[in-house]
Amino acid sequence: MKINTSEQLDSMICSCTEALNNKINGADGKRAVVLCGGTGCLSSHSNEIKAKFEEVIAENGLSDKVTVNQVGCFGFCSQGPFVKIFPEATLYRLVTVADVEEIVKTDLMNGQVVERLLYVDPSTQEKIQKQDDINFYKKQKRVALHGCGLINAEDINEAMGYGAFKGIQRALTMTPKEVIDEVLASGLRGRGGAGFPTGRKWSFAYANEADQKYVVCNGDEGDPGAFMDRSILEGNPFAVIEGMMIAGYAIGASEGYFYVRAEYPIAVNRLQKAIDQMTEIGMLGDNILGTDFSFMAHIRLGAGAFVCGEETALLNSIEGKRGMPRPRPPFPAVKGLWGKPTVVNNVETLACVPYVLREGAGEFASTGTDGSKGTKVFALGGKVNNVGLVEVPMGTTLRELIYDIGGGIPNGKKFKAIQTGGPSGGCLTEEYLDEPIDFDNLVAKGSMMGSGGAIVMDEDNCMVNIAKFYMEFICDESCGKCTPCRIGTKRMLEILTKITDGKGTMEDLDELEQLSEAVKNNSLCALGQTASNPIVSTMTHFKDEYIAHIVDKRCPAGICKNLMQYKIQKDKCFGCGLCSRQCPVGAISVTDYTAPGKKKPALQIDAEKCIKCGMCMASCKFGAIVKE
Amino acid sequence: MQKLSEAAVKQINEICDRHANDKTPLMMILSDIQKEYGYVPVDVQEIVSEKTGISVAEIYGVVTFYSFFSLKPKGKYIIGCCLGTACYVKGAQQIIDKFSEILGIAPGETTEDGLFTIDALRCIGACGIAPAVTINGTVYPKMQVNQVQKVIDDYRSKED
Repeated sequence: MKINTSEQLDSMICSCTEALNNKINGADGKRAVVLCGGTGCLSSHSNEIKAKFEEVIAENGLSDKVTVNQVGCFGFCSQGPFVKIFPEATLYRLVTVADVEEIVKTDLMNGQVVERLLYVDPSTQEKIQKQDDINFYKKQKRVALHGCGLINAEDINEAMGYGAFKGIQRALTMTPKEVIDEVLASGLRGRGGAGFPTGRKWSFAYANEADQKYVVCNGDEGDPGAFMDRSILEGNPFAVIEGMMIAGYAIGASEGYFYVRAEYPIAVNRLQKAIDQMTEIGMLGDNILGTDFSFMAHIRLGAGAFVCGEETALLNSIEGKRGMPRPRPPFPAVKGLWGKPTVVNNVETLACVPYVLREGAGEFASTGTDGSKGTKVFALGGKVNNVGLVEVPMGTTLRELIYDIGGGIPNGKKFKAIQTGGPSGGCLTEEYLDEPIDFDNLVAKGSMMGSGGAIVMDEDNCMVNIAKFYMEFICDESCGKCTPCRIGTKRMLEILTKITDGKGTMEDLDELEQLSEAVKNNSLCALGQTASNPIVSTMTHFKDEYIAHIVDKRCPAGICKNLMQYKIQKDKCFGCGLCSRQCPVGAISVTDYTAPGKKKPALQIDAEKCIKCGMCMASCKFGAIVKE
Repeated sequence: MQKLSEAAVKQINEICDRHANDKTPLMMILSDIQKEYGYVPVDVQEIVSEKTGISVAEIYGVVTFYSFFSLKPKGKYIIGCCLGTACYVKGAQQIIDKFSEILGIAPGETTEDGLFTIDALRCIGACGIAPAVTINGTVYPKMQVNQVQKVIDDYRSKED
């Protein structure tokens, strides 16, 4: 059915809302099984589990009493795959294909909860049945992730049952200027990392007269360890398209382009389906809701270049060129895609826009801090118990993020640092844990919000090695257009390699500092301008680790291969010879020392021959081999 | 250089035609060729150049810029080791090193028998199951160094 007027949309939304509510509260007389269909859970066989559910449900003659659907990311990736059963909203975690039969027989047929699949609170050992009662979810607020983990992302009716298109509907009753003012009033800032006020960006493009303007959605989420944009596109693509339409209406653009990483096939697929479904009912195309506003959205794929996350490089890539940044000014709002005024917004930013229009700028601005309104999605990863996707109000402290939501550090290890902002950001140490998260505060403390990657590191991580890891990444991804970035990052990487190889000198540290400054000040785009941030922040907070590598030729965390040695503790060695048989280079030989109480002589490792593969340590049954 | 087969020429032409109505279609054409033909060698670029009027030099520039496009065919099994930060802090480097050591090739290279290619991937977003390895789309969660040999052996034995 085509929707031609605002009234038709109202009645559509009304019936869809009723249908979705009936599904959730069981008023349709059916039980509903929903499974997480995010990339993480799909890797853990969510598709097979869904097929098994359908099979077992059919076998037991329940097909007309139970529906099975896949929805977007639940966020709690380390406990996936998830299965949720309505109307009780029972949440099962770490479900496997083998568990399906039991869930169907015990829960769906007999109304009993399968206790062993419930989430167990690690501190109280209590079994928790409902998602909202789990600590991981308690401090979260879903704005950008609206509908993720609830609606079927491939079904426009479920999206309309959960608020979709109310934002564009309201926007179309306002003038473009009023829409921009509303977004300005909400305080929404760009979620891609830089935090530029979205309304201001729009007003620049609005002010530039042109026969054609464009909206571009930046879905080139290249920051390693960040996956919020992907999850939003997988969980509720309709919201992002709606946000793009609102931006289009505000600036006077009739065409939009999604630039999405080719590494995200599921997101691309769902986005395309959403575009097709919206086109079919007339929510995309000419004269939307009977107004003069027409809009069409297209998808373009990235091809594996991190620099294309930079907006002008991205525009070049859409134009079929090498993804190299352009000098700014002119800014894209003046001269963007194909030389026309263009607004480039991040996925998460656009996902927030419908909320602003639907609920009002005041409601959006009611959460957050003075300078940063609303919420922020983080991809929490690394050495933290609850790995996953979390959306918290701005102003939440790092401690709440890591300990209350993240559940702390695994295996009783000690927290060392949290890296935000990926290769462009910095790390923050224990003393900053009570700092509230917002754009300006993180910058003031020497890191940055970035796009939302938050990687936790513990005492086993070497910070010099982490700095080197990010520099390798940047060096690899530098497009080569400007000299400071192309050559500067290479030189910095060489120095870091020298230090981690145990050949560094104290002068190298001064040189690193100078180079950091030079690359920051002279690079063309943000990739180079921020490239040295990980070095600067690790040198500020972990200077002692750098010095240990240089002066003591020692890696305190035992990570840097060339600085570490495997040793056999001769008093613990039984002389069984298992390690010497595992050693690929024959570096282990017999000594003439036999420890008290042991029958055979102890073994030793020849440090010259050792390639530090770690096979010996892994094979020793007596824990006699140590790495130091 | 081996000459392209007639079927290949037809396939490349068909891909170019698919995007004939798009403004600046080069990226889309190359993506489809990479996906459907497997790689983008120079003689394929020449056909694209004839069809689109874009110079081979420019096409070559684009192909070599993006890591998704390759000039050489890849192995039958593509071992993608995620080196995103979450995987890296959980030991992904040791995993990829082990693959390299056993297969005797560096990341980005293909074994002589054409069976395996090792790719270093940037975050595949499977941070919950880090370190992750994907082989032709199958994900191996929480990989350990001592599992690497067995994984390779399993694929080798399929070939015997």
